[in-house]
Amino acid sequence: MDSLLEQIERGTLWQFPGGVHPPQQKSLSNQQPTARLPLPDKLVLPLKQHIGANGQLLVKEGDKVLKGQPLTKPTANWSLPVHASTSGEITAIKPLPSAHPSALPELSIVIAPDGNDTWCELNPVSNLHELSHKTLIDILHNAGIAGMGGAGFPTYIKADSHQPIEFLIVNGVECEPYITADDLLMREHAKEIVQGIEVMQQLLKPQRILIGIEDNKPEAIAAMQQASTHNTKILVRPIPTKYPSGGEKQLIRVLTSKEVPSAGIPADIGVLVQNVGTLFAISEAIYKGKPLIERVVTVTGNTIGKPQNVWALIGTEIKHLLDCQGFTPVSEQRVVMGGPMMGFTLPTVRIPVVKTTNCILAPDNQELAEPGDEKACIRCSACADACPQTLLPQQLQWFAKSKDYDKLEAYNLFDCIECGACSYVCPSEIPLVQYYRVAKAEIREQKLDQIKAERAKERFEARKERLEREQQERQNKHKRSTSRAAKPDAEKAKVADALTRVKQKQGDKSAVQAAIERAKAKKAADGSLEPDNSEVALERARRKEQARQYKEQKHSEDTAVNENSNESSSKKDAVAAAIARAKAKKAAQQAEQQSEPPQHAQASDSDAPKAGDDPRKAAVAAAIARAKAKKATQQAEQQSEPPQHAQASDSGVPKADDDPRKAAVAAAIARAKAKKAAQQAEQQSEPPQHAQVSDSGVPKADDDPRKAAVAAAIARAKAKKAAQAEQQSEPPQHAQASDSGVPKTDDDPRKAAVAAAIARAKAKKAAQQAEQQSEPQTEPAPQSEDKSDSEPQTPEQKRQAAIKAAVAKAKAKKQAKEQEGNDPS
Amino acid sequence: MKLSMASSPHNHNHKNLSRLMLTVIAACIPGIIAQCYFFGFGVIVQLLLALITASLSEALMLSIRKRPVWPALSDGSAWLTAVLLAISIPPLAPWWVIVIGTVFAIAMVKQLYGGLGFNLFNPAMAAYVLLLISFPVQMTSWTPVTSLLAQPLSLADQVTLIFFEYSANHQDLLSAMTSVDGTTMATPLDTLKTAVSQNFTVTEAMMGEQFTAFAGIGWMWVNLAFLVGGLFLLKAKVINWHIPVALLGTLAFCSAIGFIIAPGSHAGSLFHLLSGGTMLGAFFIATDPVSASTTNRGRLIYGACIGLLVYLIRNYGGYPDAVAFAVLIMNMAVPLIDHYTQPRTYGHGVAK
Repeated sequence: MDSLLEQIERGTLWQFPGGVHPPQQKSLSNQQPTARLPLPDKLVLPLKQHIGANGQLLVKEGDKVLKGQPLTKPTANWSLPVHASTSGEITAIKPLPSAHPSALPELSIVIAPDGNDTWCELNPVSNLHELSHKTLIDILHNAGIAGMGGAGFPTYIKADSHQPIEFLIVNGVECEPYITADDLLMREHAKEIVQGIEVMQQLLKPQRILIGIEDNKPEAIAAMQQASTHNTKILVRPIPTKYPSGGEKQLIRVLTSKEVPSAGIPADIGVLVQNVGTLFAISEAIYKGKPLIERVVTVTGNTIGKPQNVWALIGTEIKHLLDCQGFTPVSEQRVVMGGPMMGFTLPTVRIPVVKTTNCILAPDNQELAEPGDEKACIRCSACADACPQTLLPQQLQWFAKSKDYDKLEAYNLFDCIECGACSYVCPSEIPLVQYYRVAKAEIREQKLDQIKAERAKERFEARKERLEREQQERQNKHKRSTSRAAKPDAEKAKVADALTRVKQKQGDKSAVQAAIERAKAKKAADGSLEPDNSEVALERARRKEQARQYKEQKHSEDTAVNENSNESSSKKDAVAAAIARAKAKKAAQQAEQQSEPPQHAQASDSDAPKAGDDPRKAAVAAAIARAKAKKATQQAEQQSEPPQHAQASDSGVPKADDDPRKAAVAAAIARAKAKKAAQQAEQQSEPPQHAQVSDSGVPKADDDPRKAAVAAAIARAKAKKAAQAEQQSEPPQHAQASDSGVPKTDDDPRKAAVAAAIARAKAKKAAQQAEQQSEPQTEPAPQSEDKSDSEPQTPEQKRQAAIKAAVAKAKAKKQAKEQEGNDPS
Repeated sequence: MKLSMASSPHNHNHKNLSRLMLTVIAACIPGIIAQCYFFGFGVIVQLLLALITASLSEALMLSIRKRPVWPALSDGSAWLTAVLLAISIPPLAPWWVIVIGTVFAIAMVKQLYGGLGFNLFNPAMAAYVLLLISFPVQMTSWTPVTSLLAQPLSLADQVTLIFFEYSANHQDLLSAMTSVDGTTMATPLDTLKTAVSQNFTVTEAMMGEQFTAFAGIGWMWVNLAFLVGGLFLLKAKVINWHIPVALLGTLAFCSAIGFIIAPGSHAGSLFHLLSGGTMLGAFFIATDPVSASTTNRGRLIYGACIGLLVYLIRNYGGYPDAVAFAVLIMNMAVPLIDHYTQPRTYGHGVAK
């Protein structure tokens, strides 16, 4: 068995499967020499005439340019310059219909020729071998040379191949019927083409150079053989005439028996293919210094009076070519850019010749009949027999019609070269290629969408991860504080300390207020940048508040023992006043908000009179009423649904009325609820279910005064949890865990106090989180509350004072929130 | 100037559907002539009946399906189905046999599945099997070749027999089928099968006057005529060689093996190739593009399987001939065959 190289040297040719033999029609245009056309009235030069990026504009409207002067500068990779095809003035730079099947407008430079055709300064090279690889590549790049066989791939990229090239294949096959541009170029400029080949030879250093020419071009074959006799590495190979043997993949197969891997490039198998027109342009660029500004175009078809090849300046409108060659249009005239098999019809003749334009075909309706109606596919597989890529066009067609993209890819749709052989032989005249083009475009689009979706998913997951991480950090903080609470000795000492301090400041609300104010001020000062500091300050304030609450609780216990019930009338008066205030306030707020009164607020109204038996209860009821009113206000402000669980837990309040100590508890609960409701409303989201579940735990805690504190703690904890849950869609498990941990501390009143402190800390933190993500609230309701609060002077001043303190705290907190909310904005 | 837009390619080889179908119909002509010569002009009457019925039922179904009638009717596919069915059934079968068969083939097997290109089964063969199962007597009543008839059948006799099931000279079809020696005669395949089942050897069975040295008189020539038509189709590139070659090759190979192993009970290759519907099936029936495999490797498998099934059913099945059954069975296997015989696309399976 001979080696591949030996076989090739001996002249062995291989076959590709399929292929068709459409009528050649080449003699129509290859009988006359290539003509020179008069200068057109205008030239339209699209910036993009190749595969790759646009160059950067170097000229502007009104500029005078010389022939061969670059109009754009290559910028990114794969961008090529365009050059002025003649001297003249730039009259416009605007998007104009492009030489593309879609004719979508491309930014183009319009030149009005001055008629002088004055060249700019050219720098021809005399001795090729003195030039470095890089210099040569740069010359090709700056000459704007792109593959002239049809694809328009930038030549400098190919010439700079980093893969070793075994065979340089020169494509002079020209298998498309009608087209004779390469044929005539080879006949007339074989010497220059060989010069171009030798430039590529120096750049790529291939083992052999194979020139493939179909055997229907004997003159071209002879000319090329004669021009290449001095170079033993060049082998001219006449190949059998069969469409599409000029396809890159098919030609490689015919000349070397190799196959380009699917989705690969010829360089992968050590092969590089160049069209003869490109090689001529390379020779012109090197030896004459001329950039690519003109090319041979076949103007042919039965409606052309003088069908022949012409030298057309890049940018010449098709109309000019047709007019020069004598064009007599028929009805339903088609003007095809390219050949009859792969060319595309033009919507207008005002489209310029570009670097890849090899033929203008204007057939009449006899020589190339209009396609008939599409009939049913009979699965005859004539298409499969014709396919040079050994695809199953018939199967692809069914999949394309049913938009079965997976199957299309499984049947290698993307290996289709759109040569049109299948459509050419289809007895049902199905426009198969058109189906494949559409399907390919759809699949590409779908893949782009998939990539987009994947990116979005990645972003989402990254965000989720970040949120989880943040939550984890928060959780760790909680754990730290929980572990502090779990250390009973140290913590008990602290609580005791706090209690003593609080006792010293008994009745001194201002101290607490001051602490809160300090915290607020600090917070407002450093915003949310350093939450830890404000946290500490607030925590201190909270601890004080907690201590105060504890004291208040104790105090109410004491008074319960000492007090007589004969003062009931005055107490009742106070209660009535409180109720009246609450109702008035509520009415005012409702009117303000013009919204539906939340049902549970009404329910709590009916609760209040029940508490009227006792003056102390009255105060409590007033506190509850105020808290509820506040809650209602906030809910109304947010115009959101009243959280169901809040309603549920309300029912727990009346039970607390039996005992004066419980009253204080109830007040605490009310405050907690108010806070929770406020936070939930701020978040404008659905109340999390678990909060509802844990609410049911509140009434149970009422039995014992010590438990009361616990209940308060739970309520606050819930509030915090709810807020957190709203921030993140998933309820944090640790919050629940720590909740369940709180009741265990019930045994000891001191532990309860500790728990309360923890709960408050959490509630505060939750509030902060909520604030950071919520809209600023500007509601003047607290002021009105203030007024009504300051009015009554009942005998139970101390207790009232305590309650007032609680209210004030709540208000202060709210104001703090408002301030914070306003500050960032 | 308004330019006309079209998608590439802008050229076509001018082979269209109706030309394809008419070429196949034309290729049937040698076989039809041979049938006329050996079995009388009944086949022409059947052809006319089938063509008319096919045109009417196709037109009716198309209008019910709200499709343009003429473009579909003019593609000739319905006429081809009619021709193939008409030359498959006994020439003197009653008129309603071919009418029922054609209506079934066009309306049910073809149009109800979506028309041309969508039918899973070969319409002519599906109809043939329907008729064979529904009307076994009429469908197996092949007359002896004309030269062996006791009383020659005139054209008028044949026409009245087809339409009224009796004629001036014959009480019924059965009497018309009586041969010179006073016995009714079945097809060579049938005769052979009966003889072998009665423990006669093949050689003894083929001593009968309806046989030549290697096949039945008349049937041999009809098959050869269809072979000529088939070769014309190959030459005209209307069909690919894969299916006929695989089918005939497998049938010849199997029968050769059978003949070598048990020559007494198994007829030889030539008998099988030139009997019954072998050549008609190989070149005209199995090559129906719609219901056959579409890949070249698949076609080899498809053809070979039909050949094998024909041989097995003829020798061991309950029916004397088997082309219709074999084709229908393999029609069902086509999607599977196609799936596993996808050819290697250019650039696939090569080292990158």
